[in-house]
Amino acid sequence: MQRRDFLKGVIQLSAAATAAGAVVSGFAEENKKNPLMLRPPGALPEEEFIKTCIRCGLCVEACKNRDNKMVLNGKEIDTLFLAAPKDDAPIGTPFFIARTGPCFMCDDIPCMYACPTGALTPKECQNDKGEVAIDYAKMGVAVIDPSSCIAFWGLQCTACYRACPEIDKAITIEWKQNKRTGKHAYRIPIVHEDFCTGCGMCEEACVTEKAAIKIFPREVFLGKVGDRYIKGWSKKDQQRVKNASTKTTTKTPWSTKNPLNNLNEGVNWQ
Amino acid sequence: MNKILKYKFLILRRITQFGILFLYFAANAYGWKILIGNLSFSKLFNKIPLTDPYAFLQMLFAGAVISSDLIAGVIIILLFYAIIGGRAYCSWVCPVNLITDFAAWVRRITHHEKDNLISAMKIRKFRYAFMIVMLIFSAFIGAAAFEFISPIGIFTRGVAFTFGFGWVWLLTIFIFDAFVLKNGWCGHICPVGAMYSLIGSKSLIRIYHTKENCTNCGNCLTICPESQVLSPVINKKSDFITGMECTECGRCIEVCEDNALKFSLRNYIKGETNEKTTAN
Repeated sequence: MQRRDFLKGVIQLSAAATAAGAVVSGFAEENKKNPLMLRPPGALPEEEFIKTCIRCGLCVEACKNRDNKMVLNGKEIDTLFLAAPKDDAPIGTPFFIARTGPCFMCDDIPCMYACPTGALTPKECQNDKGEVAIDYAKMGVAVIDPSSCIAFWGLQCTACYRACPEIDKAITIEWKQNKRTGKHAYRIPIVHEDFCTGCGMCEEACVTEKAAIKIFPREVFLGKVGDRYIKGWSKKDQQRVKNASTKTTTKTPWSTKNPLNNLNEGVNWQ
Repeated sequence: MNKILKYKFLILRRITQFGILFLYFAANAYGWKILIGNLSFSKLFNKIPLTDPYAFLQMLFAGAVISSDLIAGVIIILLFYAIIGGRAYCSWVCPVNLITDFAAWVRRITHHEKDNLISAMKIRKFRYAFMIVMLIFSAFIGAAAFEFISPIGIFTRGVAFTFGFGWVWLLTIFIFDAFVLKNGWCGHICPVGAMYSLIGSKSLIRIYHTKENCTNCGNCLTICPESQVLSPVINKKSDFITGMECTECGRCIEVCEDNALKFSLRNYIKGETNEKTTAN
């Protein structure tokens, strides 16, 4: 009888714990997905980051007490925050908001080296040769909305270009004739993702009411060409597809047939 | 002065609890390098790592690559609590204890210590099941699952960094403890406390009960947040309080008018009677 009671207790408690655990984990699963938040330099890919970050805040502390405190508009700017239960980031993990507190790209990267778990690691902040520098950080990528960027209207701006720590590499200015007036030039900012660190200085500097240039996480914004298209003129790009499979696979119902037949028969939209 | 001496453990505990919170706050706000981080991981004097063993275990289950700093930190914490501290973390370090002690105090002054919505004794062991379940769920979702709701993390991060809506969760715990179940969070649910109970089950510092002095007044049983550990008192034995859920808070010593309880060192070498009481 005692054994029976014991077993009953174990089953009841396990059931209650599983129910409670399911609720908590459901919340955690929802909470950990926030594709639009920006991580400090050297962060692992998000899936790994959320596993590895212990939420201690040493990076935030290092960021707050860094040597090169920046003052913008007479106010000290805090960059990194540890997400509290209201912020748009998984609870307890570090993030920054580029518009109000961009990353100032300290040369000594104090936040990254403060991390005890390796969630922020020099391995994610280096170039092809393995040299570690803040310029190789990949926190995000700047994206321009041409409809609200006043440079696309023909106005003189270049605020983002001048704010960019990687000026003339991550953001360049392209001159184009303004056909509307016939005698002025457009000076259009162009972002180059291979140099853009995603620090957010451009978003902070943008003069429009809501920034026309914004930082997005790279995996959200950047596409991927795949093996099918190659820059024939670039040796480096040919290296990229060196190990590509030569087998072509059928991807759509249309590609099962000869392209010419597809054209002649037309498409049956049923 | 007598009163201060009488409640010396309570005062010392509040000093360590608030002191730790203040050091975390000062590390971020003023750049003091004494104790940086929060209760999931901290660095003492900018050198010595300290890792919460339950967060560490969850990360292992989630499949994280564990760094040497974390391992060193977890070894230090394990050694300290396994040998010396027992479950002292819960009453001397954890700031949630401030909330749950406050709730217990509200219960005492309003004289409804025993008004529970849920049968208290039956779910005392819930925390161990919950502890294991949260580890399994951590593996499922690929992240330390309990850390998303841990009030300890939310409290310490709140003090050192930003609180956000964290106070709502802390208020919920207060209401639960004060009006639903006595010592509900710390004594029934919290898996971190369960973890420290297991770690510190054989620790050296323990409270000793002397039956000759005991007058069976029951003061200790009323104040104790884990009164099931006071079996030597109930059984009228002179023995150590060996129950692993004892948080070493020392409240029973303070309320005892007869000098029947004191902090003492368990002696494993002489082989005392404590093995017998563990079996009880």
